[in-house]
Amino acid sequence: MRFNFIKTALAAAALSLCATAMASVDTLNGAGATFPYPVYSKWAQTYQQQTGVKLNYQAIGSGGGIKQIEAGTVDFGASDAPLEKKELDQYGLLQFPMVMGGVVPVVNLGDAIKPGQLRLDGATLANIYAGNITRWNDPAIAALNPDITLPDQDITVVHRSDGSGTTWIFTSYLTKVSDVWAKGPGHAKAVSWPTGVGGKGNQGVASYVDRIQGSIGYVEYAYALQNSMTYTRLRNSAGDFVKPTAETFQAAASNADWQNAPGFYMVLTDQPGDNSWPITGASFILMYQQPKNPEVAQAALKFFAWAYGNGDDMARDLDYVPMPSSVIDMVKSEWHKQIKGSDGQPLWPLDNQPQ
Amino acid sequence: MSNLTANEQGDAVVQPGRRATGIVGDRVFRQLSGLCALIVLGLIMAIAVALVIGAWPALRQFGVGFVTSTQWNPVTDEYGALVAIFGTLASSLMALIIAVPVSFGIALFTTELAPAWLRQPISTAIELLAAVPSIIYGMWGIFVFAPFLSTWVQPPLSRWLGDMALLGYLFRGPPIGIGIFTAGLVLSIMIVPFITAVMRDTFNVVPPLLKESAYALGATTWEVARSVILPYTRVGVIGGIMLGLGRALGETMAVTFVIGNAHTIPQGLFYPGNSIAATLANEFTEATGELYTSSLIALGLVLFLITLIVLVLARLLLMSLAGGQGHSEGAS
Repeated sequence: MRFNFIKTALAAAALSLCATAMASVDTLNGAGATFPYPVYSKWAQTYQQQTGVKLNYQAIGSGGGIKQIEAGTVDFGASDAPLEKKELDQYGLLQFPMVMGGVVPVVNLGDAIKPGQLRLDGATLANIYAGNITRWNDPAIAALNPDITLPDQDITVVHRSDGSGTTWIFTSYLTKVSDVWAKGPGHAKAVSWPTGVGGKGNQGVASYVDRIQGSIGYVEYAYALQNSMTYTRLRNSAGDFVKPTAETFQAAASNADWQNAPGFYMVLTDQPGDNSWPITGASFILMYQQPKNPEVAQAALKFFAWAYGNGDDMARDLDYVPMPSSVIDMVKSEWHKQIKGSDGQPLWPLDNQPQ
Repeated sequence: MSNLTANEQGDAVVQPGRRATGIVGDRVFRQLSGLCALIVLGLIMAIAVALVIGAWPALRQFGVGFVTSTQWNPVTDEYGALVAIFGTLASSLMALIIAVPVSFGIALFTTELAPAWLRQPISTAIELLAAVPSIIYGMWGIFVFAPFLSTWVQPPLSRWLGDMALLGYLFRGPPIGIGIFTAGLVLSIMIVPFITAVMRDTFNVVPPLLKESAYALGATTWEVARSVILPYTRVGVIGGIMLGLGRALGETMAVTFVIGNAHTIPQGLFYPGNSIAATLANEFTEATGELYTSSLIALGLVLFLITLIVLVLARLLLMSLAGGQGHSEGAS
């Protein structure tokens, strides 16, 4: 009896030893942005079915993702707001864009106003969020919407209460298009909002806007679609009023000059082009240039390469926008140049998959 | 383990042979329980030290200005706690003002007035309220209670009372069902079970002799409650209120859902505001930069100090009550 017990215990210990040894190649740990979480987990699920490699992604927020990778507790971090070259160099990190999406203004003006009907421009949106325009029938809004009867109603501004990449992208846009905003609240993951109520997460903002008559908020495109919210059109830098769609996000991305963006630091707001949605953003991955565990880093790169190659349809199904192939080629060449094993050799061969 | 056993008649007898182990056991037990108490003290000290160390960069940068400034601006790295302190105190105070009379009523009813068959169901229902997770209160607050308030309660209140001189301040603001007012109401519902449970238990220990004497002198139920039960139980009652207040001050999830999370001093109870716990819940994960994180920890320190001050005030109140009375009260 006792002998059997010892044998079982030994076997279990041996098994778990094997498991830990295998885990270094079988499990990838990542943490960060909540915005791309649905598409990352969809990719991870499919990837695990095909290869057996498990991705453990904790959607703890962009700031958390940056902290975790800088502390070295995860194999990769994810952030909606890119880090500047200086900070990347300080920690020896490489950054690359993984997937794109858009931030859209949403309103609650009853059933009279349909999605895509209300037109806004950047200055007006900034003035609403700055508390300078407080009623829906304000002349500034009316001038943009001659065909709509706007209600004589107070505007309730809804913003994010938590720090978020979504706010980072949204305030980046407001700062670019409005002096009032640039000199006032400014551009960050959390700002000092002059007015309004704060909802926690995209879901919090969506539920406030859904509930409060006469409210305006901003959410990720996927949330606006999935909750059938009344999104607005926005005037882009070319002067056209565009609807938020995958095409207009893609248009914004294709006009961006990735080639001259050190460390892929690229903000896709207010991009040129007739068809560009002005509040577009990319979500980024952060990895060490000299990872402590090269096998795991290589496995992570394999996963990202697989997602670039096979994940486009899954991303589109979930209302995300895949990266253009020109950008993917640039990313892969940066992998080759920058991510090195302990022997100084590149972990990613330039032209083919590592074996 | 006991060296007391019962003989056939049911009387307790001491077994002489086990006396020595009993003394050793007593000593070990005393030291063990003392150690447990010391661990609590040590933990509190450790929390305080950790908070001060974490908050130090912010305190060094802003000094006393930290608690008097209404600024909270991650872009310019300027932080002040006044908005959050105000929201925490205002919502907790409002919760107490509503919850204390209601809890008193419930406790009095279940101990004095209710028929015996009704007491247990009411008590159980109250205790069940205490077991509901706070996030459920938050979700109920935003999805059910806030729409109700914004349609049926806030518009008439601001119409009738909003123009009054001082009181009107309490009922001004956009009727969106989200703000200090809703937070206070939801908090009051959350702390009623705690205050009620303590009050009921202390009311139950009032000697029947005292109450019956008062009734025999012709006192009404209210007079008995006011002149016999309350004086006899006030240590316990104040303890219960402090327990409720402590819970209200630190409540996080439910408040985050309904307070509106706006970093401005509200100009009326219907305006959105912010509380210390809600600010921490909202911003900690995404806080980057030393000063930002440190300011959030400093907020935690402020909450710690507020709770400490509340406890000390409660102690002082109890001491002055006992001193004024000239004799000690029994029911703590």
